[in-house]
Amino acid sequence: MTRTKNSTATGSGVDYSRLIQPERVHGSLYTDPAIFADELERIWYGGWVFVGHTSEVPLPNDYVRKNIGPQDIIMTRDREGDVHLLVNRCAHRGNLVCDEPAGNSSSFRCPYHGWTYRNTGELLGYPFNQGYGGKGNLDLTLGIVPKIGIYKGFVFGSFNADVMPLEEHLGAAAGEIDRLARLSPAGEVELDAGWLKHRTRANWKLLAENETDGYHPQFVHGSIFSVTGSTIGPLYSENSTAVTRSLGNGHSENDLRPEFRKFGEPMRWFGTTEDRVPDYVAKMRELHGPDAEQILIEGGPHVMIFPNLFIAEIQVFNIQPISASECVQYSTAVQLKGAPELNKRMLSQSIGSVGPAGMLLADDTEMYERNQAGVAQLQPEWLDIRRGVQRETHDDNGFLIGGATDETAMRAFWRHYQSLMETK
Amino acid sequence: MTSAVDTISDIREIEQFIYREARFADEHDYDSWEALWTDDALYWVPAGTSMADPLHQVSVIYDNRRRISTRLKQLRTGKRYAQSPPSHLRRTISNIEILESDTADCVVGANFVLFESKPRGLEMWAGRITYRLRRIDGDIKLAGKTVVLVNNAEALPTLGFLI
Repeated sequence: MTRTKNSTATGSGVDYSRLIQPERVHGSLYTDPAIFADELERIWYGGWVFVGHTSEVPLPNDYVRKNIGPQDIIMTRDREGDVHLLVNRCAHRGNLVCDEPAGNSSSFRCPYHGWTYRNTGELLGYPFNQGYGGKGNLDLTLGIVPKIGIYKGFVFGSFNADVMPLEEHLGAAAGEIDRLARLSPAGEVELDAGWLKHRTRANWKLLAENETDGYHPQFVHGSIFSVTGSTIGPLYSENSTAVTRSLGNGHSENDLRPEFRKFGEPMRWFGTTEDRVPDYVAKMRELHGPDAEQILIEGGPHVMIFPNLFIAEIQVFNIQPISASECVQYSTAVQLKGAPELNKRMLSQSIGSVGPAGMLLADDTEMYERNQAGVAQLQPEWLDIRRGVQRETHDDNGFLIGGATDETAMRAFWRHYQSLMETK
Repeated sequence: MTSAVDTISDIREIEQFIYREARFADEHDYDSWEALWTDDALYWVPAGTSMADPLHQVSVIYDNRRRISTRLKQLRTGKRYAQSPPSHLRRTISNIEILESDTADCVVGANFVLFESKPRGLEMWAGRITYRLRRIDGDIKLAGKTVVLVNNAEALPTLGFLI
């Protein structure tokens, strides 16, 4: 189909086909408030967004405050055990009904006029009810995020009631979540170690693009690799056998397994050896038999799930935008049910690596913020994303792959982004 | 067992130590700052949820002596980009109180306000510091420093410097 001006016009009238080209994208995509408004409508409220994990609300009536973009969301578990995503806004005057970051309560009471809601969103009551002709007369509820989807405990929400099924959105990326979950002897991930909240003065897409950019680690993280003797650096080099893979729907991964298979050492993916975590390794071998070796050698995924869930082997990130030029990175340590020995180490390593003072992420964030300042400059206008385009191929499953340091993932991100932004 | 000469009770001496530690941090004097710590050091900046359970909840910083050393080595490379170029820092420490002095370690509380200037703006940091001090070979050493930021329940900007 030939694109006409009308078919590409969106809410803001921005012509995305001009700004997003196969090998370059325009700087205004990171700075223009009108584009951010389109993104809220089409991506953050129009598609699936990662919100949190069921392990954050383990008990009936537990709740925790979360976000979908700038929206203030309460994730609750009702007394039956079902998880809900509610919007923190009273149906009466729009006041916030929940102040606490987390807690346990079967209901929320608005402090302004005392309206009370069940943790399913249902309106339970309002004071001085004669003013409304008696009890039960109002057909109102808290805002309820219309679609909720849960995959292996990962909770996604969508404000779009007609959004595609979550399984369809996740596609091949679901297999990466499976790969994380199978590291647990119980087959379950728990994200119950709290979240670090890192305020980042940069557009959210700079983060999404960076998560599976295998070109930057040797430069941005050279300082910490050099002082710790880390083996991560060579995974992201010209000689690495790792690949960057587009998983469809804007999802992508740095598949490091070829490198880990080359060494064939259990737990090398975690920067350790099996004798340091003997209980875990024994438990996995008992559970999986001969298949355990492959799991212990290959380790966890390094996958960016569009638009905001990044799983970096032992950490999980939840990226939430505030405006065109600001976002918050929420990060936590992966905890694996049935693996206390590993959990302790994953927590400690994560604290050292991520968050505002993290020895990895503070440097990434410096790059995001420098980049945000840079893209506001007028020339040369474009960001170049052509690295490795001439050596892209398809793997046995038909997925597009590039070299370890190639920008295959960025190009895939932008193709998907463009398809969403041009849909009317 | 601690003998009387080993204890720390002179508030003026404690203040001088605290001000010196603050100046080393403000001026990125990493060697002098590192020399203040004991071998069993704990440098802790809790997140909003980790005050009660730092062994099971993420903290902003939870450094033992070895990790303090790693953090400083990274800073010394000059390629710790979150601090390259380094922030311009000045902090004021106040409300210094001895909280516990009858044990081997002397526990001191204080409040602080810190301004951090970077090319992209000015950040204000404030909070409560708890110091765990110990006398070793006549000198006061730092066995623990816990920094509870007033805004640790909210999203924090990058904290690349020594707080």
